[in-house]
Amino acid sequence: MAGNLFFVVCALVALVGALGTVTSHNPIRSAVGLLATILGIAGLFLKLDAQFLAAIQLMVYAGAVVVLFVFVIMVLGPDARTDVEAGKAQISRAFAGGLMALLAAGALFLLAKGGPTPTVFAKAMPGHGDVEAVGGQLFTQGIVPFELATALLIAAAIGAIAIARGKAVRVDKPRALPKGKYFGGPAHPRDVAAQVDTGVRKDGAH
Amino acid sequence: MNLLGNVLEHYVMLSGLIFSIGAVGFLVRRNVLVQLMCIELMLNSVNLALVAYNRVHVGNMTGNVFAFFVIAVAAAEAAVGLAIVIAFYRLRSSVQSDEADALRH
Repeated sequence: MAGNLFFVVCALVALVGALGTVTSHNPIRSAVGLLATILGIAGLFLKLDAQFLAAIQLMVYAGAVVVLFVFVIMVLGPDARTDVEAGKAQISRAFAGGLMALLAAGALFLLAKGGPTPTVFAKAMPGHGDVEAVGGQLFTQGIVPFELATALLIAAAIGAIAIARGKAVRVDKPRALPKGKYFGGPAHPRDVAAQVDTGVRKDGAH
Repeated sequence: MNLLGNVLEHYVMLSGLIFSIGAVGFLVRRNVLVQLMCIELMLNSVNLALVAYNRVHVGNMTGNVFAFFVIAVAAAEAAVGLAIVIAFYRLRSSVQSDEADALRH
C-alpha cells in the first residue's frame, strides 16, 4: 500500500513539475519545475528497482544539468525572462501545439484502452538494477558505446568551452592611470591586456 | 487499486504524458532556455519508459544500460546547448528562438 502511495506521489510531482516547466514565464521557475520532474522520475526509478539509475539521475540531472541551467539563467539576468508573443507566429504555434496535444491524447487513449490484461510486474530478482547488474552488462555488451560516450563527453566539454568563451572585448580608450601611483614605470598589466585587438566589436554586430 | 504502480502501462502512460507536455512546450514556447528544458523533459520521459519496460524482463539490464547512455548524451547536449544559448545571446542580446534568423535574410 505504501508502494502505491509512493508511485502516486512521485507521478504527481513529475507531472506538476513538467506542467510548471512549460507554463511558467520565469525561467527560474521552469528550472525548478524541471528539478521536480527529475526528482519524481528518480523516485519512480527506485520503485522500478533501478537503484543505480536513480542515483545517476540525481547526480547528473539534479546535480549538474539543472545547476547549469540555473547558472546560465543567472548569467543572462533579466533578459532570460523575455518571451515575446508575435501575432502571426502565435497562431501557427498554437495550431502546432494543439495538433501535438491532440495526437498525444489519442495515443494515450489507445494505450489506456490497451490490451485485455495489464502487464503486472513479477517479483524482481535480487540485485535487479543495482550497480553490479548494470555494471556487468555495461562492461561486457556495452563496452564499445561506453568508451565512445567518454569521447562524446570530452568533445562536448571542449566544444561547450570553445562556443561559450567570449573573446576579450576591445576597449577603445584605455583608462587613465592614477597620477603618481606608478612613478612612470611600465603600464599596469590591466591596461596592456585591454588594448589587445581581437576584431570583435563591442556592440556585437556581425 | 493495489496494482497502482505495479503495472507496466501506468509507467508508459505517465511517460507518454510527460513526453507530450515536453513536445507541446517545445513547439509553443519561444524562450530557448525553456525549449532546452522541454528537451530534457522528453529525454527523461523516454528514460522512464525504458526502465519500466526493462522491469518486465527480469535478469536483463539492457534497458537500464540504454537509459544510462541517454543520460550521458543528454548531459553533453545540455552543456553544448547552453553554450550555444550564451553565444547566441552575445550575438543578438536575446534568447528568443525567433531571433535566430541570420540564414533567412
